Amino acid sequence: MAISILKRKNKKQKQSASARSWAISMTLIALGIWAFFTYLFDKTPDAVQSWFQVWLPPSTINESLVWVICALGLNIVVGYAGLLDLGFVAFWAFGGYAAGWFMSGFFNQVNIHFGSMSAKTIPGIHLSFWLVMIIAALIAGFFGIIIGAPTLRLKSDYLALVTLGFGEIIPQVFTNGENIGGFNLSNGTKGISPVDAIGIFGKRLGPFDLGWKFLIYFFLAACMVFVSLRIRGGRLGRAWLAIREDELAASMMGVPLMRTKLTAYAVGAFSGGIGGAVYATHVNGIFAERFNFSISIILLAMVVLGGMGNVWGVIIGALLMAWINATGLPAIGDTFNNTFHTSINFPSYNFLLFGGILVLMMLFKRDGLLPEARIKMISHENDDETSNTGGH
Amino acid sequence: MANTSYKARQARRIVIERTFGVSILALLLFWLVINFIKSPSQFAEVSLIGLSNGILYALIALGYTLVYGIIELINFAHGDLFMLGGLFSAHFIALWFHQTKSSPMGWLVFFLALISVMVFCAGVNVFIERFAYRRLRRAPKLAPLITAVGVSFMIQFVGLRWNGSGQKTWNSVLPSGSLMLGSVKLPYTTLISFAVTIPILMALTFIVTKTRQGKAMRATAQDQDASRLMGINVNRTIAFTFALGGALAGVAGLLFQQTRGLTSYNLGYQLGLIAFTSAVLGGIGNLAGAVLGAILIGLIQGLNDGLPIGLGQQWSQTVVFSILILLMVFKPAGLLGKQVTEKV
Repeated sequence: MAISILKRKNKKQKQSASARSWAISMTLIALGIWAFFTYLFDKTPDAVQSWFQVWLPPSTINESLVWVICALGLNIVVGYAGLLDLGFVAFWAFGGYAAGWFMSGFFNQVNIHFGSMSAKTIPGIHLSFWLVMIIAALIAGFFGIIIGAPTLRLKSDYLALVTLGFGEIIPQVFTNGENIGGFNLSNGTKGISPVDAIGIFGKRLGPFDLGWKFLIYFFLAACMVFVSLRIRGGRLGRAWLAIREDELAASMMGVPLMRTKLTAYAVGAFSGGIGGAVYATHVNGIFAERFNFSISIILLAMVVLGGMGNVWGVIIGALLMAWINATGLPAIGDTFNNTFHTSINFPSYNFLLFGGILVLMMLFKRDGLLPEARIKMISHENDDETSNTGGH
Repeated sequence: MANTSYKARQARRIVIERTFGVSILALLLFWLVINFIKSPSQFAEVSLIGLSNGILYALIALGYTLVYGIIELINFAHGDLFMLGGLFSAHFIALWFHQTKSSPMGWLVFFLALISVMVFCAGVNVFIERFAYRRLRRAPKLAPLITAVGVSFMIQFVGLRWNGSGQKTWNSVLPSGSLMLGSVKLPYTTLISFAVTIPILMALTFIVTKTRQGKAMRATAQDQDASRLMGINVNRTIAFTFALGGALAGVAGLLFQQTRGLTSYNLGYQLGLIAFTSAVLGGIGNLAGAVLGAILIGLIQGLNDGLPIGLGQQWSQTVVFSILILLMVFKPAGLLGKQVTEKV
């Protein structure tokens, strides 16, 4: 039922009425969750409170939103333009370090303050959170173009490989970045911590102001949804879809391949940068060893699991997997162990779980939970021929 | 008019690319010469270490290149298969047959382990192909690739359960001394790696170029439908290719475990990436290219890690992947690969 409604929505995307209605309903949901956790939570019975602490703590909700932002960015690259990117963690890292550089006391050689709520006497570069968002996005987008420009004429497999290499190089640069020609770029494995508190309406958001942070993250995620949906319907988005479905035909129809692919890359990287900076404010620091290949893979799994190309599917995939990773698996494990008096270490099964989900989804539901109609058609294009492979 | 300016631009671009490529090579040569002059004996020793790494990478890279050559799949799980091979041989030699030092019995168990690990890894690879990749042969390319990533995670889980979350060290049954050539040390383990690997590579070349099965493999790689019409059992041929690749990964796992003496569940990921890079460097799908690329990567890595003027081990990964990216930009087909235009 819900799926059919969404499908119908997809078709009538241009009608502004439906767009406005989802915008309003999203805002209501956000405000509802926010109001619940800020005002009502303390008044609910203890049982309810402890249930939420175990199964749905506010910090997990915030973290899932970070994943949503990044997954939507990757969705533009992989889902819309059909370019496989296995090194998305690089953009995440750039965003994170942008936050580390421009909103903390890391560069204590200088003392620059602009729009930040922190005390003027603390050395370092302290810019406003919103400005840092833009800077992070621009840095990541810039590197997206740098890496994309020479490599986007490669075939898809090779592109995957180059992005993979890029995703390995950048984190290593930051891990070893303590002393690059005598310059401390990233503080090495010690990381940069803490970053400045976000300032909003003259209020500094400390580590426990999860409600306000939730609203900010939700706003950014909603912006990503808006951008994703609007671009998709426009000229650029249709060019992306055309390239995804048939590169040759698209170029014959006059789509400039390089420029269009590069834009997809840049927009994806852009949101990766925002996600990275947001994540830095969420965990209150940047730690080099967190930026590894598994982040790229988990993001890809979110996009694939939810349904490539479908914004709502990707959101569901991202929320689901982020929740399983952060809360679901340990919580299920604890409940299971307490009920059956076993001592199985459930979080150690996440390799099996993620691997299993990826394989089973690919084998039995290739288009994801909420498939996009056009993707569904492509991925079953050759199904009538599969009977041949069964024989000799 | 527009046509000539386009051509001129194209020509200028080729000139710029060539100049850039040649200057990178010149810089590399300069670096090597300086290091060689500084300490020739260290240079030779480090190159030997690099070579012995390279030959291991070659065994893994061949598995990637065989599979890519036949079904155009980057088999991400291959590196983890290598890790599994290492674990299997460690358990086979040290725990099931209790061999912890070099002895005649140790040699016997070593060869038994060589055969068993080849069979074991070949079996696992064929199993994976049968249940994960076969159904997706005609699906869009992304599907088998993501499946491969999933399988890789699952194998890592097996490794995690089998080996524990840390690194484990093992005693080797291979002799530990080394041969002195002048002032250069040549460890016996390196010699044994070569003695095991070279016959295997020769056997592989023989299988692929001279036998009926090899011919079927090459035909399937060119055109599956046409070879099916010629009466080739395509499924069996692909399974055979996976078995070959798996056996090679098994040998690499055994050699790594015996020469380095350690196992770890996430080893396969790192080495697999490097091995895949070597396969691409040589020209993916090309067997000789994979070996050449692997030895080059091994050498470069060894030289970078061990030479007095170098970036050092912590930049090893960066060096390897920078080479990969530069190569993709300047010569996407690899060193020995043929430039192919995309079929429509």
